Amino acid sequence: MPNRKSSPPPGATAALALSDGTVFWGKGLGAAAKKTGEVCFNTSITGYQEILTDPSYAGQIVTFTFPHVGNVGTNPEDIETLVPAARGLVLREDITAPSNFRSTQTLDAWLKANGIPGICGIDTRALTRHIRDTGAPNGTLIHRPDGKIDAAALVEEAAAWPGLEGMDLAKEVTARQSYTWDETTWALGKGYGKLGKPKFHVVAIDYGAKRNILRCLAQAGCKVTVLPAQATAEDVLRHKPDGVFLSNGPGDPAATGVYAVPTIRALLDKRVPIFGICLGHQLLALALGATTTKLARGHRGANHPVKDLETGKVEITSQNHGFAVLPETLPASAQVTHISLFDQTNEGLRCLDRPAFSVQYHPEASPGPQDAHYLFARFTALMTNSKAA
Amino acid sequence: MPKRTDIKSILIIGAGPIVIGQACEFDYSGTQACRALKEEGYRIVLVNSNPATIMTDPSLADATYVEPIVPDIVEKIIAKERPDALLPTMGGQTALNVAMALADSGVLEKYGVELIGANRDAIDKAEDRLRFRDAMSKIGLESPKSVLVKSMDDAKAALEAVGLPAIIRPSFTMGGTGGGIAYNVDEYEQIVFGALRASPVGSTLVEESVLGWKEFEMEVVRDRNDNCIIVCSIENIDPMGIHTGDSVTVAPALTLTDKEFQIMRNASIATLREIGVDTGGSNVQFAVDPKTGRMVVIEMNPRVSRSSALASKATGFPIAKIAAKLAVGYTLDELKNDITGVTPAAFEPTIDYVVVKMPRFTFEKFPGTPQLLSTSMKSVGEAMAIGRNFKEALQKALRSMETGFSGLDEIDIPDDDAGKIREAIVAALARPSPDRLLVIGQALRFGFNVEDICRISSFDPWFVRQVEELVAEETAIKTAGLPKDAAGWTRLKQMGFGDAKLAQLVRKSEAEVAAARRALGVVPVFKRIDTCAAEFASLTPYLYSSYETPAFGAAQSEDDATDRTKVVILGGGPNRIGQGIEFDYCCVHAVYALREAGFETIMVNCNPETVSTDYDTADRLYFEPLTPETVIEIVRREQSNGKVLGVICQFGGQTPLRLADALAEAGIPILGTTPDAIDLAEDRQRFAKLLSKLGLEQPASGTAFSAVEAEAEAARIGYPVLLRPSYVLGGRAMKIVHSVDQLRSFIAEAVRVSGKNPVLIDSYLQDAIEVDVDAVADAETVHVAGIMEHIEEAGIHSGDSACSLPPYSLPKKILDEIERQTAALARGLGVVGLMNVQFAVKEGRVYVLEVNPRASRTVPFVAKATGVAIAKIAARVMAGESLASFKLKKRKLDHVAVKEAVFPFARFPGSDTILGPEMKSTGEVMGIDADFGHAFAKAQIGASQKLPVAGTLFVSVRDADKKAILGPVRKLVALGFGVMATGGTTTFLRKNGVDVAHVNKVLEGRPHIVDAIKSSKVHLVFNTTDGAQAVADSFSLRHAALMGGIAYYTTVAGARAAAEAIAALRAGSLEVAPLQAYFKGAF
Repeated sequence: MPNRKSSPPPGATAALALSDGTVFWGKGLGAAAKKTGEVCFNTSITGYQEILTDPSYAGQIVTFTFPHVGNVGTNPEDIETLVPAARGLVLREDITAPSNFRSTQTLDAWLKANGIPGICGIDTRALTRHIRDTGAPNGTLIHRPDGKIDAAALVEEAAAWPGLEGMDLAKEVTARQSYTWDETTWALGKGYGKLGKPKFHVVAIDYGAKRNILRCLAQAGCKVTVLPAQATAEDVLRHKPDGVFLSNGPGDPAATGVYAVPTIRALLDKRVPIFGICLGHQLLALALGATTTKLARGHRGANHPVKDLETGKVEITSQNHGFAVLPETLPASAQVTHISLFDQTNEGLRCLDRPAFSVQYHPEASPGPQDAHYLFARFTALMTNSKAA
Repeated sequence: MPKRTDIKSILIIGAGPIVIGQACEFDYSGTQACRALKEEGYRIVLVNSNPATIMTDPSLADATYVEPIVPDIVEKIIAKERPDALLPTMGGQTALNVAMALADSGVLEKYGVELIGANRDAIDKAEDRLRFRDAMSKIGLESPKSVLVKSMDDAKAALEAVGLPAIIRPSFTMGGTGGGIAYNVDEYEQIVFGALRASPVGSTLVEESVLGWKEFEMEVVRDRNDNCIIVCSIENIDPMGIHTGDSVTVAPALTLTDKEFQIMRNASIATLREIGVDTGGSNVQFAVDPKTGRMVVIEMNPRVSRSSALASKATGFPIAKIAAKLAVGYTLDELKNDITGVTPAAFEPTIDYVVVKMPRFTFEKFPGTPQLLSTSMKSVGEAMAIGRNFKEALQKALRSMETGFSGLDEIDIPDDDAGKIREAIVAALARPSPDRLLVIGQALRFGFNVEDICRISSFDPWFVRQVEELVAEETAIKTAGLPKDAAGWTRLKQMGFGDAKLAQLVRKSEAEVAAARRALGVVPVFKRIDTCAAEFASLTPYLYSSYETPAFGAAQSEDDATDRTKVVILGGGPNRIGQGIEFDYCCVHAVYALREAGFETIMVNCNPETVSTDYDTADRLYFEPLTPETVIEIVRREQSNGKVLGVICQFGGQTPLRLADALAEAGIPILGTTPDAIDLAEDRQRFAKLLSKLGLEQPASGTAFSAVEAEAEAARIGYPVLLRPSYVLGGRAMKIVHSVDQLRSFIAEAVRVSGKNPVLIDSYLQDAIEVDVDAVADAETVHVAGIMEHIEEAGIHSGDSACSLPPYSLPKKILDEIERQTAALARGLGVVGLMNVQFAVKEGRVYVLEVNPRASRTVPFVAKATGVAIAKIAARVMAGESLASFKLKKRKLDHVAVKEAVFPFARFPGSDTILGPEMKSTGEVMGIDADFGHAFAKAQIGASQKLPVAGTLFVSVRDADKKAILGPVRKLVALGFGVMATGGTTTFLRKNGVDVAHVNKVLEGRPHIVDAIKSSKVHLVFNTTDGAQAVADSFSLRHAALMGGIAYYTTVAGARAAAEAIAALRAGSLEVAPLQAYFKGAF
């Protein structure tokens, strides 16, 4: 079978080897480098720069299902962290020269500058179907302009990688030290704004936070103090926050929970208003005594329907998670507020006895629909009520 | 929220005849709506005057009214049926306007009918330009600066505010009718004048120009729980200033970052909320300044549209079906996504391919109109193509056009000044012409760079660079020849190069190229359109071809060909004049019939507007260009499992027929009449031999390959003669020629259009009655399904002529003879399936004009008029059943059905409205009633001819017609009409005792007849002319009548029928009846 050949076909400058022995040959993109990670897919059509800079993609190689990626180039604004977390990207088509008034650099040059390798010219749909049917495999991606690639060694490398389960990646992407955030959301022609007079002070625990979450908090009137993932409840409370935000992030929640859960439990006990997103949602659930599980098929895209069980309304959401909260393990004091209409998995919860709620999906969008922006207002309302009480 | 139980019956209004701006897409949406609501248990009442639609098949609705879609008639239907609700969003602007009129006049209130899907205020807010602009500014969205204008005085003031160039957009018109772009004051005044007339409410918006900006569309669906989804984004490759229906478009949008995309998404949803579209699909259009990203809202349609049909086909999300269910109370999360079967309709489709839509034009039919695009839509059809990348989709789209392109072909850019080709190219790049992508390709071949091209054309550089890469690859192929290995082949095929294009580049035959490719094992794979980019498994075999590199073994195909016995039905490709919805109707009927007979049906087509390309019409759908390469590859793939019984080429018009030879050569069985018999009917000499063997007469005829031969043949036959190329549909380049001088002026074009085939020259039977016959046959039996007598005389293209079924003037003896000859021809040709024959009857003799052993344009009309679904029967006969087993009986009809053609002249201001042998109509309507007069009157009303019941008739006819016109004139005088006439006609009529007011011809000085028409002193026009000069002289009067909306007839027979219809209207008002009342238990 041609794709399992151990020597590269003529002209191939990149390969993606899966741990099961499958090798895809193609043309190399971006940095000449070799990276190993979990091979996942994302079905968003727009927003590749945001996706590649989302810290939740730490440890992952992203397959884009839409064939044309790079067509709007890259710019200094559309980033979710300074250092992109994704380990590599897989495309059907080569990167084209960009066309967009905000573009300052081609995607290829940007990938090179950020040390990310990529491969193009492979049947990404076939790969996506494979991931859909058998789960996200571990893989090694290499880009070597001279084409000297040892496929067998790559397969071995992929097979030897332990995988994301049990891996605490948050500590790799979290802030090294605390900082304050006051940049608000983006507007056409104006770029990002600055927070004026803050109405609230929020401490965000950074497990790999996307900047747009911080921007949405600032936009909602919050001065944000960002603390590293391993911050303790004392560290948090020292800042006298009106509320605490638990961020998104990569890896297995159970692994991160080892140090995050005690912090969150202590904060819950102090009745500090808490809002969690994605990994933050999973950690809140763990703190409440629930368990999480790895999904056979992760949710990664910008078209996921989520039903708000209270209003019966559907919001189209941006999602990026490979683990989920098992709702049946939640205590009676917590209520399921949102579910996925794709597979009925848990998408949100609320504590009945404490001012805390969280969602599995990404209300900050970026990329994706902004239908769920209202949740930031819900958080400020929670803080307002808490202050009054 | 579950469906509503407080409503039991729903009236659905269709879009009526196919016109520019309203084509098959509303049959697709209406058919989906009928099905979706019927399946919910509602009683469906349907009105649509277009008999060629699937939605008017009597099995779809409970009561199907093929009646004119005008407020009076619809009110009668409401009074009779008493529906609880009216769904006005499925029938385009026609349905919306009629629903608004019924709401405004209080009819809906009177009968307690509720508007569902869109309420009165939402429709008004979306359609009224001023209210729309105010609504947008209320939600903080920018619109181009604009002023609402109700008079020419307003217009002057508006110009100061807006400046030139200015966009003129009339209120409440469809497809931009009557609008345009004015670059100078003269043009401005002229367009505003026309726009005020075109608008049913006499107002137009004058708008700041955003010419050259990028144009985007969003397809939005909303339910009553305020859940909103974007089904698809569409980017226009042609810049602002060209109607989106005339633009090449691509889905999804390719040049927006996520931040910009989300601004547009939020704006679209905010627009629906503010306008108040509670449930259903809408389309919102935006313009974006490419330099700054500044976004303005252009307009929105609070209904399903051409774009929503495209979005449905492009994503697999059936907007009309879902919108219909939302209208009766469901919410998106309660409805299933049919394609996956496991996810709900509440999500946003995502795709992993690129879709290109390309419009199809027929400017050649309307000489005198410059081939320029503007904000008023001109295209008559479109094709959609799907590829795994833009280049593949683009090249497929070009191949789908049916204009002879095999890809990005070279085109000739004429340089008037020799050596000034660069200047000519610059001018061509700047001109908004229908083929600008090809001009861009040509400019690149001449060494123009991308930056210059973008600056001159305002095209986005992303698309121009894609064209540049294709042009560069073509050059490389020309030098290097065909690839030597599979990888090289796959690379080229992934760029979308068709075998025919490669053959052209390396100067080999297409068959040789295909053989070289297949020898290396390079064949397409078929991928599924699944709404979700493979995130979920798809149950629906909705497929397109592409080429892939190996993955997990060989290149991965998802066709999953079954082991069943299959029939492949080839569709008709893009609509054009001469080949439209009628053929799609036939293909869909073939699918239905063969499905019922237990075959697996496989549809291949590339027209996104149609019912045939709905994923649940056939068992399997391949959305592909109709070329030998694609069809052969599909059949090969299907043959890999199960058995392909054969291919049906005879139902989709000329397009699939052209493929028959290539398929037969590839050893693929063709069902029904053999390609050889089809060729026999087309080949003059072989056909003449057959006729003489059968003892049938035809007008004297000959063939010629050159101008010299043509002159000799015409002289032998005797003038007047009919000149036409062979193998064309719709009478392309066909002319009646009265003299050798005239012959000389037309022959060059005819020779060119014919290509390798000869030009046909027939004796023209002046004043003969033309008859169309549709029949179905097998080896043993022939069934004459319908004999239609044309209203217009022989010489007017049959597609443009009104006709009556049953015939209204022919004696039984002639009809029997026509039946006998039809049967003889069917047997002589060995027809298995459908056949259409055109006869001319003159002085009691029957002449065979032409025979087409295939589905004809009149098949759906015959089916609706007689209650016999002949296309279905023919399909089953082609698949092997005996015709006798259907036990068809000859039945005498107790009613008359009249078909009338509908013309697009108003969109082609420079062209004449006079009819001839070249077909110009885009669509048709049917009038059905107890007698000819009433049926004809309904057909006229349905075709938007406003038949006056009183007023002044203007008559100006050529000498040959003077005697004949007397009858209809006298009839109208007896009904109280006044008569006005010019010169010779005045004298003649007065001599015959008709009281006539004389009016000057235009050449005779003012006030003249055009003044009289423009000042509304004339209500009906009878005008026949002869000879180039007379035709030119009277052009302005026909044009004035057309623009003024005054009923006009350019043949004596038409005038006669009109007089009879007016008499019928005077005798009593029109009554309505559903088709089901005409045919109890039929179909």
